[in-house]
Amino acid sequence: MARITASVYTSHVPAIGAAMDLGKTQEPYWQPLFAGYEYSRQWLRDNMPDVVFLVYNDHANAFSLDFIPTFALGTTSHYPVADEGWGPRPVPDAEGHAELAAHIAQSVIQEDFDLTLVNRMPIDHGFTVPLSLMCGQPPADDFRWPFKVIPFAVNVVQYPVPSGRRCFQIGQAIRRAIESYDEDINVHIWGTGGMTHQLQGPRAGLINREWDKRFMDRLIADPSDLAQMPHIEYVREAGSEGIEMVMWLIARGAMADVAGGPAPVVKHRFYHVPASNTAVGHLILEEAK
Amino acid sequence: MPLDKPYKDVPGTTIFDAEESRKGYWLNQFCMSLMQPENRERFKADERVYLDEWAMTEEQKQAVMARDLNRCIGLGGNIYFLAKIGATDGKSFQQMAGSMTGMSEEAYREMMINGGRSIEGNRYLHEWTNKQTNKQTNALADKEKK
Repeated sequence: MARITASVYTSHVPAIGAAMDLGKTQEPYWQPLFAGYEYSRQWLRDNMPDVVFLVYNDHANAFSLDFIPTFALGTTSHYPVADEGWGPRPVPDAEGHAELAAHIAQSVIQEDFDLTLVNRMPIDHGFTVPLSLMCGQPPADDFRWPFKVIPFAVNVVQYPVPSGRRCFQIGQAIRRAIESYDEDINVHIWGTGGMTHQLQGPRAGLINREWDKRFMDRLIADPSDLAQMPHIEYVREAGSEGIEMVMWLIARGAMADVAGGPAPVVKHRFYHVPASNTAVGHLILEEAK
Repeated sequence: MPLDKPYKDVPGTTIFDAEESRKGYWLNQFCMSLMQPENRERFKADERVYLDEWAMTEEQKQAVMARDLNRCIGLGGNIYFLAKIGATDGKSFQQMAGSMTGMSEEAYREMMINGGRSIEGNRYLHEWTNKQTNKQTNALADKEKK
């Protein structure tokens, strides 16, 4: 049977991708940030999944205002890198696990979560920056990501966005779906976005370190309580774009302890300010062996 | 019955909800068109002509030509869509965000390097009495604590 062995959480700031693409990772501004992911890259090599179920949000690239799906599951086998206006990032397209995605769609929708299924979905920085942070740049002679993906795009751009509670519940349904898949494969679930940031208006540049730290503490120790946090607290305390952090609750909801199993092990925790306008947070939680 | 929108009581912040999205539909769709390189070229060649192809209000067109992002947001624009204008101009996200704060590019960058804008004094509308941006940064807040 398929099994979830770990969840990974990380910000997906576009400037991080640009820093890698332009060879700036050793500059004093960026060096401390990338140092925080050195452990993670080694950990990933040692714990390589077959599939990553990657929770992220599209930033007006795959979806315009024509369609605004709350939860969009990618069910195809190929995801091209989007041109967000600066030209596409020079990273590989992602290969999807369409069979597992179809299985998840079947299972989760029948549990009353009304997903939108998407078969044409260019992936933007919300998706590619976490891949770059965790995998580094793939070599030119083997230019591909080392695992298959299933993209899960959450609307956090236009209000109302889904509540933390709903995200936490859907994570639990995704776990049940993955665990009922017959093939014996290793799956990670990644929750991306955040942490505190506001990109618009005169309050832009907001950073709330104490709030971020508490969010990570609660995500690890008491996610079901954290999932009750109302939207307004994210907006007020973490900035208008800090609302992205509801997506971390999807990955957290898919861990074994939420379904009555043992608590996960915290393998890595990192926090850094700033990357461009944003506070960067990162966690790796591994299922107890 | 009016819907509860507690996020109206956050200073210097416009939440892009379904009502804003309705107002800004064509403004945002225009921005989206700038993802195509040929559209970026046409827009740069004659902004007015290109904007006139869209069912935007005159106010929205003027705000775009003035690159007044706060005004664009007030007219229903969303920052992720408006970022396509910045991309067309060769601006970074930090330059765009900073341009909305009343700070110089250097001062904004410096504020971020020193830990960003503080949450203190930035939670509620009533904390911004004279409608000026609260300039309290985390660096200043830390200094006051000591």
